[in-house]
Amino acid sequence: MKVSGKKDLQILKEKGLASLFPDKTRIMVGMATCCISKGADKVMTGIKEEVKKRGFKANVVPVGCTGLCYKEPTVEVIQPGKPKITYGDITPERVPQLIEAVGKGGVKKEWALYQTEREDLLLDGGYHAYCSKGAAKELKALPKHSEIPFLKKQRKIILRNSGLINPENIEEYAARGGYSSLLKAVTQMKPQELIDEVTKAGLRGRSGGGFPAGIKWLSCSRAEGKVKYIICNISEGDPGIGMHKSLVESDPHSILEGMIIAAYAIGAKEGYIYISSGYSLGLQRMEKAVKDARTCGFLGKNILKSGFDFTVRVKEGGGAYVCGEETALIKAIEGDWGEPRQRPPFPAVSGLWGKPTVINNVETLANVPLIVSKGAKWYSSIGSDKSKGTKVFSLIGEVNRAGLIEVPLGITLKEIIYDIGGGIPKGKSFKAVQMGGTAGGCIPKSLSNLSVDYETLAQAGSAMSSGGLIIMDEKTCMVDVVKYFLSFLEGESCGKCTPCRVGVRRMREVLTDISKGKGKKEDLELLEKMAKLIKEGALCNLGKTAPNPFLSTLRYFRDEYLAHIQRKKCPAGVCTS
Amino acid sequence: MESLNRSVIDGILKKHGNDAGLLISILRDVQGECGYLPREALEYVSQKLNVPLSKIFCIATFYSSFSLEPRGKNMVSVCSGTACHVRHGDDIANKLTRELKLSADKRTSPDRAFTLEKVRCMGCCSVAPAVRVNEDTYGQVTQDAINGILKKYRKT
Repeated sequence: MKVSGKKDLQILKEKGLASLFPDKTRIMVGMATCCISKGADKVMTGIKEEVKKRGFKANVVPVGCTGLCYKEPTVEVIQPGKPKITYGDITPERVPQLIEAVGKGGVKKEWALYQTEREDLLLDGGYHAYCSKGAAKELKALPKHSEIPFLKKQRKIILRNSGLINPENIEEYAARGGYSSLLKAVTQMKPQELIDEVTKAGLRGRSGGGFPAGIKWLSCSRAEGKVKYIICNISEGDPGIGMHKSLVESDPHSILEGMIIAAYAIGAKEGYIYISSGYSLGLQRMEKAVKDARTCGFLGKNILKSGFDFTVRVKEGGGAYVCGEETALIKAIEGDWGEPRQRPPFPAVSGLWGKPTVINNVETLANVPLIVSKGAKWYSSIGSDKSKGTKVFSLIGEVNRAGLIEVPLGITLKEIIYDIGGGIPKGKSFKAVQMGGTAGGCIPKSLSNLSVDYETLAQAGSAMSSGGLIIMDEKTCMVDVVKYFLSFLEGESCGKCTPCRVGVRRMREVLTDISKGKGKKEDLELLEKMAKLIKEGALCNLGKTAPNPFLSTLRYFRDEYLAHIQRKKCPAGVCTS
Repeated sequence: MESLNRSVIDGILKKHGNDAGLLISILRDVQGECGYLPREALEYVSQKLNVPLSKIFCIATFYSSFSLEPRGKNMVSVCSGTACHVRHGDDIANKLTRELKLSADKRTSPDRAFTLEKVRCMGCCSVAPAVRVNEDTYGQVTQDAINGILKKYRKT
């Protein structure tokens, strides 16, 4: 249906509510890439068959990532008047028994993780109660949503819809207050007011150096020229950081809505969503979201009768890590090979086809509808002094509860690793956490009280970047990890500038020697010298930040390098000489 | 590609409005049709769009999703992201190399049934190490599980 104002949006919302909280059973299966790799697609098919066989009425719905990756495949069941039950480890073999219990209106307690009595509707300030208070006495033993250690310290505002709505259903997105921020923005606010609000909220780019989003918007909106562009960057290629992918797969409309609002704020009539290659589920869901938004009139001409026109094209990349860099990404959209160029001029002044362009990443844009709807004051009340809001991380590696998490900025690493992640498995000890991907660094156990915010992490030699938190135990060798990052970057360097093309390769070669027990005592000094030269001389951030993993590990794990060089030993037992 | 079907490529070019700015998408479609990027196809695209072959070659070799060599019937991708690396994804890659009788410079199996490639993060880090065969993703893969996975695709 075409939405042209508040009334229509309300109709869309009510349709979505009827679908989200129907008067019959709703069974939700987590169907993001990670869930599917653990067999969620077979679980989904199995559930559909069982429901049909047993002849009871239920909607079986694919949803995005619930975040509980360590318990995948996950299934959630909503039945009228009863609390929502979350199940974990539902293998295809367990489906018949689960559906038998659900079909009788019961709960399969052995596999139930927790229950939820109400769902907060963040954007509207209200909530949906699944049941009357204390309705399920028989479930007393089952912990509540708020009592689960994995969830207790999380604050899900960006992930508010992830794992609850069907990501391919625009009505369900609207049911959660979706597109009401867009309506407010284009009908009640002037572009400058929006820029001010985002600046006041303190929103910083959720990748790279955390540049203030409002200031980026402002310089683009003030730049000369009638034609301006906005680009949504989904070319997250950082090895080991799947969180942007999860967000696109779980709630594509929240990103799209943020992008449309941003376009209105900077005066762009055209936008591009650039998505890296080999990522079919995200691409498919994003394309569907764009199509549905167009049908509903959130994209196109005269959006919500405001006089604002905006169109979006989804572009799939060719597979190059360097295309995460703004100027390289622009070249890729222009149809060229993605080589970065010197900045300035910054894209906000001269970007796509030489026109002023704002490039924001997925998570940055997903914050925008929240700020518009709830206001800068509310938003800036979350987080720390200079780092506002929350951050989504993919908590992975050697940790008991791996998953997609969202925490308020300013939380400590310790809280994330132990309280949320449940510590290190198999009684091994925690050694370090790698943050910020190839541009980041390893933070040792001794600094686990560090606050997770932009400044503190940078001081510690790491970075927030796009949000990977890779936990490493005593069996991880730091020399090996750094060698890994450098060989990754060696392969991904575009080759344009010498410091990166030759320097990174030389650093990797010296590290390979060290790992093979052929290191010389002057090697560390040589590596440090090269690191400094690359940082100063490389053209773009891929090169400039390439030495970071080495520098941070040298700072905290010098002994380990020395053990390889002097004693020809790998303390973790990873490197073989 | 045994013989180049020009009308197929004409169709692809038409779909993209003969726009040289859409070269990446055009090459992706050509690869979708041919399984890889045959030289004669690239020459034809170059001619039709009036773009130097060298530029097309640059793009085709810059992006990792393009291949100038014929590929096997099934694409096996082994993830080499950080999470997979620290969880010994290399062992999985080595086992696949052995099982498929490949070497460092030979990535397609002798029977042309499989091509093995290392890819960057697949986005399922929480279930590392991960392997993808065509469109199916497998998580927490062990060396012992490899044969069972390959077997499923050997028949087809």
